[in-house]
Amino acid sequence: MGRTAVRNSIRTWRFHADEMTQQDLAERVGVTRQTIVAIEKARYAPSLELAFRIARTFEAPLEEVFSFDEDAADEPRSQE
Amino acid sequence: MSYHEKQSIAAIVSNLVIWTIYAWIMVGRFPDGGASPEIFRFWGRAFLILIPVMIVARIITTIIFVASNTIATGEEVPSISDERDKLIELRGLRMSYYGFIAGFMGAMAALAFGATPNVMFLIIAGAMVGSDILEEITKFRLYRRGF
Repeated sequence: MGRTAVRNSIRTWRFHADEMTQQDLAERVGVTRQTIVAIEKARYAPSLELAFRIARTFEAPLEEVFSFDEDAADEPRSQE
Repeated sequence: MSYHEKQSIAAIVSNLVIWTIYAWIMVGRFPDGGASPEIFRFWGRAFLILIPVMIVARIITTIIFVASNTIATGEEVPSISDERDKLIELRGLRMSYYGFIAGFMGAMAALAFGATPNVMFLIIAGAMVGSDILEEITKFRLYRRGF
């Protein structure tokens, strides 16, 4: 099943933020918990705005929360 | 299973039930004749009546689904629809269009190969059901795997 080339360390950042729950993060950035789950599993690449919102929640630069996997980007990903 | 996955399953079931009941009612009123004006009037009426019937039926089934889901699981209706929900909605809609266009082309092909107008309208009606179901299946699949 296709994973996006956008990787993230949200789980680690949540841990460092007093074990913030996915629901808590979702409410802070204005999305559903399922969307946070999908982003953490790299199933869904968030919009730039949402990525910034998530990074700002952890008071971290965007590139420390999200990264781009060059190898995964080269693999063909099924599109609907 | 998430709220949206259950909602998609409920929509598929309700679509099938509504269309089956509607088809059952309409079959009893089906006029005889290959390409008489009565046939076109019948199908014109059938499709026009279908629109309010579908709207009312969907409102009723949505209310039933939300109420029964809340009673059974205590789960509340999601208060927000975020960017992923909107993208899934759009992808579902796109598949629905593909399905309907395929059905429409099939209906035109049937006419071109000498089928009666009844067959053409039946194929179009089938494409409407099929595209609705295809939309919900697409949404269910995307919600199931995350995106």
